[in-house]
Amino acid sequence: MNLAGTILLAAINWHSFFFLFFALFACAFALAVVFTPNVVRMAFYLVLSLGATAGLFFLAGADFVGAMQFLIYVGGTLVLLVFGVMLTAQGPFVSIKTRGGEWVLAALVGGSLLAVLASIAFSVPEWQGGAPKNESVIAGVPVTAGVPVTGGGPVTGGGPVTGGGPVATGGPVAMAPAASAAPTSAAMGMGLLGMRVDRLEETNPLKQSGLSGYLLPFEIVSVHLLVVLIGAAYLARTKRRRAAILD
Amino acid sequence: MNLLTEPIGISHYLVVGAVLFVSGVVCMAVKRNALGVLMGIELVLNGANLNFVAFGSKFLQKNGANSIGLDGSLIAVFVIVLAAAEAAVALAITLNYYNNHATVDVDRADELKG
Repeated sequence: MNLAGTILLAAINWHSFFFLFFALFACAFALAVVFTPNVVRMAFYLVLSLGATAGLFFLAGADFVGAMQFLIYVGGTLVLLVFGVMLTAQGPFVSIKTRGGEWVLAALVGGSLLAVLASIAFSVPEWQGGAPKNESVIAGVPVTAGVPVTGGGPVTGGGPVTGGGPVATGGPVAMAPAASAAPTSAAMGMGLLGMRVDRLEETNPLKQSGLSGYLLPFEIVSVHLLVVLIGAAYLARTKRRRAAILD
Repeated sequence: MNLLTEPIGISHYLVVGAVLFVSGVVCMAVKRNALGVLMGIELVLNGANLNFVAFGSKFLQKNGANSIGLDGSLIAVFVIVLAAAEAAVALAITLNYYNNHATVDVDRADELKG
């Protein structure tokens, strides 16, 4: 029983395991957002779904995007939405029911759209299955390092694993991906400033013209955000003069 | 068990993104609360973001050099910023609508109907 359990644990690809965990979390709470009629619960489920998506970003190696998802999306945008919910959720507006016919139509359209998208996603052979070295990237310890654990039991096996396991057996396997799994924030910052330090050794001349960086989009989105926030503050301001006239 | 032992590819990320996208589209279509429609938009943008990150990841393909690399992450950051801007404006419009009509039911906003 114990041996079978440890073999089972060693066979699990932990990258896949955590992917499944976060993916089920994200999908289940996205569906909960759709099916709950209560707008306050919708906001809470949306927070959980977006947080699980941030976990998926971390698993894909996009650490900066995952952190921004937490900071801007979950911490900023959704707080804004929750404020909107609190300002408008009064009496009958907490839960506005949808008619049954609309549910049937939406389920029909949404189900067929999902079927098309899922079949397309699995139709390209290059998109299926990652590199086998993936498991050593995320878990840190490759699968082969789990073999001494089955021999000596979980408690005493901790000694040889920490002593020589990862260094000796996992060294050549784990070193190459660990070097490529560097943090992306510095390279992304340079990319936003117009320098692509991640593609310095690009030899294909066709691709070299596209390495100009993202300085202009960055400036555009900055000014856009400023204008949008001023406009939002203007739109949402309390109209004291008109209310005074009406009184 | 098969899903637990085999490595994850781009396809799996695309399916999760598709589920988020379809949930958002259905949410936008069926919700009568204006804030529910906004939450559907957030779900749609998030599903698209997941696809960008998946295509930019080095760890989901057999040949990591085939990924679009850092461009995926950069575009995802732009999408997050634009989603924040969109949420701010849409929330301001919703509050204005609530102040003028005393409701957030989008089916009642039919003054422009001919």
